[in-house]
Amino acid sequence: MIVATRPHTHETAQPEEHAHVALPQHRHHFETQEQQREAATFGMWLFLLTEIMFFGGLFFSYLLYRNWYYDAFVAASNQLSVPLGGTNTAVLITSGFCMAIAVWAAEVKKKGLLVVTLILTMLFGCIFIGIKYDEYHEKWEKHHIPGEHFDVAEFVNPHAYGLKEAPLAPDAAKKTQIFFSLYFAMTGLHALHMIIGLGILVWLTLRAHRGDFTAGYVAPIENFALYWHFVDIVWLFLFPLLYLINRHPV
Amino acid sequence: MSATSSTIVNLPDQKTATLPKRNYLNNEDGLLSWLFTGDHKRIAILYLISITFFFFIGGAFAGLIRLELLTPQPDLVASDTYNKFFSMHGIIMVFLFLVPSVPATLGNFLMPIMIGAKDLAFPKVNLLSWYLYWVGGLFTLAALVLGGVDTGWTFTTPLSTHYLNTHVVTAAVGIFIIGFSSIFTGLNFIVTIHRMRAPGMTWFRLPLFVWSNYAASLLMVLGTPVLAITLVLVALERTIGIGVFDPTKGGDPLLFQHLFWFYSHPAVYIMILPGMGVISEVISTFSRKRVFGYTAVAFSSVAIALFGFFVWAHHMFIMGVSNYSALVFSLLTMLVAVPSAIKIFNWAFTLQKGSITFETPMLYAFGFMGLFTIGGMTGVFLGALGMDIHLTETYFIVAHFHFVMVGGMLMAFLSGIHFWWPKMTGRMYPESLSKLAAVTTFIGFNLTFLPQFILGYLGMPRRYHAYPPEFQVLNVLSTAGATVLGVGYMLPLLYLGWSLKYGAIAGNNPWQATGLEWQIQSPPLTENFIEVPVVDHEAYDYEWLAHKTEQEVTTVG
Repeated sequence: MIVATRPHTHETAQPEEHAHVALPQHRHHFETQEQQREAATFGMWLFLLTEIMFFGGLFFSYLLYRNWYYDAFVAASNQLSVPLGGTNTAVLITSGFCMAIAVWAAEVKKKGLLVVTLILTMLFGCIFIGIKYDEYHEKWEKHHIPGEHFDVAEFVNPHAYGLKEAPLAPDAAKKTQIFFSLYFAMTGLHALHMIIGLGILVWLTLRAHRGDFTAGYVAPIENFALYWHFVDIVWLFLFPLLYLINRHPV
Repeated sequence: MSATSSTIVNLPDQKTATLPKRNYLNNEDGLLSWLFTGDHKRIAILYLISITFFFFIGGAFAGLIRLELLTPQPDLVASDTYNKFFSMHGIIMVFLFLVPSVPATLGNFLMPIMIGAKDLAFPKVNLLSWYLYWVGGLFTLAALVLGGVDTGWTFTTPLSTHYLNTHVVTAAVGIFIIGFSSIFTGLNFIVTIHRMRAPGMTWFRLPLFVWSNYAASLLMVLGTPVLAITLVLVALERTIGIGVFDPTKGGDPLLFQHLFWFYSHPAVYIMILPGMGVISEVISTFSRKRVFGYTAVAFSSVAIALFGFFVWAHHMFIMGVSNYSALVFSLLTMLVAVPSAIKIFNWAFTLQKGSITFETPMLYAFGFMGLFTIGGMTGVFLGALGMDIHLTETYFIVAHFHFVMVGGMLMAFLSGIHFWWPKMTGRMYPESLSKLAAVTTFIGFNLTFLPQFILGYLGMPRRYHAYPPEFQVLNVLSTAGATVLGVGYMLPLLYLGWSLKYGAIAGNNPWQATGLEWQIQSPPLTENFIEVPVVDHEAYDYEWLAHKTEQEVTTVG
């Protein structure tokens, strides 16, 4: 027969402190708070999977063209600033570290620490965007934005084949535009994710200040942290691919 | 054709029967309670109305196309208008009808009930999907109103980015947004199936409809983002001129094809897999047997989803992929026929020695099996390298994918709508009219698309609005078939609408089927189950059902 009251068969035991208390955030269609938390986390992981596929199209294009137009990509990547990109990498990792502490703070119910670390995460995120803006601005001034005004004059083959810096062959020079198309598409999409993340952080900070996440309901903080770390990791692939590899061909 | 001894319809006494006083339809009143609902059943109804709306717009364009092709001369519209007709027909039918149809309507309505859950895991995300669907749909309609798109539904570069000055960006933005609707539906389904099953509902007790929606959801989640980024690049190329696909800047149009078909071939399986799930349910119910080889059918869904990701380059055999990759993709393409055939054979074995009755859903299911088999077999022709070079971009292709998607998917959709109509509305549809509609659809479909196989074989190219006079007889047949088909589609719209008010009261389980959805009241309560069910039997266990009926256990409130 089909009708029976549900026994407590759910695999995961509930934490003691809210075994019998339905938190206000508990949605009616979940049997337990734990089930709700698991579903949210699983959903977030799946969403990040779609994000990997989303960025994947760009990574695929980048690898293909890098293979085809190797000289152009080497020359173009030399126009990117490693110090700025490196600084941004450090800034982003620090931001991710703050976010990780924020998760811990929410779990051990330290409201003050949670708010402070969320604000720090935001702050480092803003620094990242600021530096990114500076880099974009420099590309604008040098006419390295793809389109009608794209200027190939500054692209050279650095120390190519043991010789001095040599200007790029004309056909290769044209292909540098593809590098910058992909550079702007990839870093732009990444920056867009950062900006969306910063918007969510503002909202989370306000709610954390209200005390929403320090009473046993931490799923939004945890899931946002997954998102934020994902954005970090995308940058950790972008930075070497765009800035570092093969700056100096043999 | 009223209910005779050869049917299994089990309706309550019509004189005393009434709809349940409290159900999801009347639980709350007013338009706002619908527009802000979190109830998966109400969202399914919203989707049903929406996709029906778009289906008839897309269908109107199909009618215009067939009207132009009635005569060899280009006499109805100019070629660019004709291009807009088939583009809008394709875009609307693929993205706004075929992809969301079964998952977003039947899947939304039934999947949580089938696994014993009160709702999908993320009700708000589910509602958001529907809104995104409409925002994307409005963009697509805007592209249409502003002057149309003439790239075909594939947006192929450099055609779309350089040579055609129409509203490609508007349409691409529309498809991009609809893509997110699709992603969120798939994500919601996967989480729900993993985390929300009732006690005892193990993976291998899941109805096959749930399995097939699970496989389709995997494709939605993994494929759609790639389409999204491709359309972003097309839009960027048109607006600010980045050169990723533009050959004059060193970009590669073939890259567009790779990225586009990486989604758009699996999209075919997003369309067909949920339909196959419907057919499994219907065949089992109306032959009173467990689906033969349940596990094989379940795994074949996942296999189709997996193989579906490795066949995309067969769309590019004549576009300059290397001979070796063409050979590999030809082989992989044919491999998809294996899990598809597993399903067809297992349905046939299910029917063998079953107590078969021919209700309307079963008629549509038989239609599906016949038409999908033809569509699938001709797919093997097209997967074969040499044949493909002769047949590609001809009407043979058009006939092939219409057999799969219209003959397969749409037949399955209509089958499912009729099958679960009593559950969704609490009322039966008129039996004789619905059987007439099923037969009309089947005849109209074959009359429309069988001549197109011959036309294609003889060399008539697709996407042309004029053709040599010797092709006229077959084209006239095809247009006549399209008219019959149109009647076949209009009929359900009319009599299902009629049945909402005048249909016989259906009762909980008119088909005496075994799924959890048939054990609750029709239409269901907002929360589906009063108490969470505990499942202790396999799917399609008709002996369990007979035993249960004796005990007269019910969960009706």
